[in-house]
Amino acid sequence: MRHKVKGVKLNRTASHRKALMRNLATSLIKHKRIKTTLAKAKALKVYIEPIITKAKENDLSAKKYVMELIKEKDVVKTLFNEVVETVSERKGGYTRVVKLGQRLGDAAEMAIIELVDYNEAANLKAAESKEKKEAKAKEKKEKKTEETEEANIVEEKSSKKK
Amino acid sequence: MPNPKRRHSSTRRDKRRTHYKATASALSACANCGEMKLAHRACPSCGYYSSRSMLIPKS
Repeated sequence: MRHKVKGVKLNRTASHRKALMRNLATSLIKHKRIKTTLAKAKALKVYIEPIITKAKENDLSAKKYVMELIKEKDVVKTLFNEVVETVSERKGGYTRVVKLGQRLGDAAEMAIIELVDYNEAANLKAAESKEKKEAKAKEKKEKKTEETEEANIVEEKSSKKK
Repeated sequence: MPNPKRRHSSTRRDKRRTHYKATASALSACANCGEMKLAHRACPSCGYYSSRSMLIPKS
């Protein structure tokens, strides 16, 4: 059973792992999308999402908490001033991992991890599909109301006949 | 400790190995560029995944 087992060890000692996760988290917030191995990307997802959620509280205690984990002050600033606003609509799921295939040399599966709200191409596409969906829903609704109206008219006629 | 009584001939070894076969990976055409790619991965030639580019392509 893997109950209550969170995260992976990544073949590293505790201190090495801690340093790695901090570095990855710092890089992701700084650059918004990073390329790494799939295992690290998945581990980073588990690590960084609670940090971003905490940062959304945007008070002193949240700042102190994040400063413990992300050591670059500039990056903490961008997280609180910029990233938090951009992801404010989202309740978790701030990151996206896309597999890229195997790396030459050690055949490690590579992946890109990115902050979802910073991928403009994807956002455009999502907005487009949403619009389409809404338009379709609207059309359907209109059709339905028309039908019901017609039904009402028919009903009225039949009631008049009586 | 028990040990093998006889050496296995090379024929016997090779006959065993006739069942070790490599399988071709299931590829499908990229929706964007038509190149063959693995499923659930960004296209290695054009970087497209889910009909948008995932990469700032390496020059």
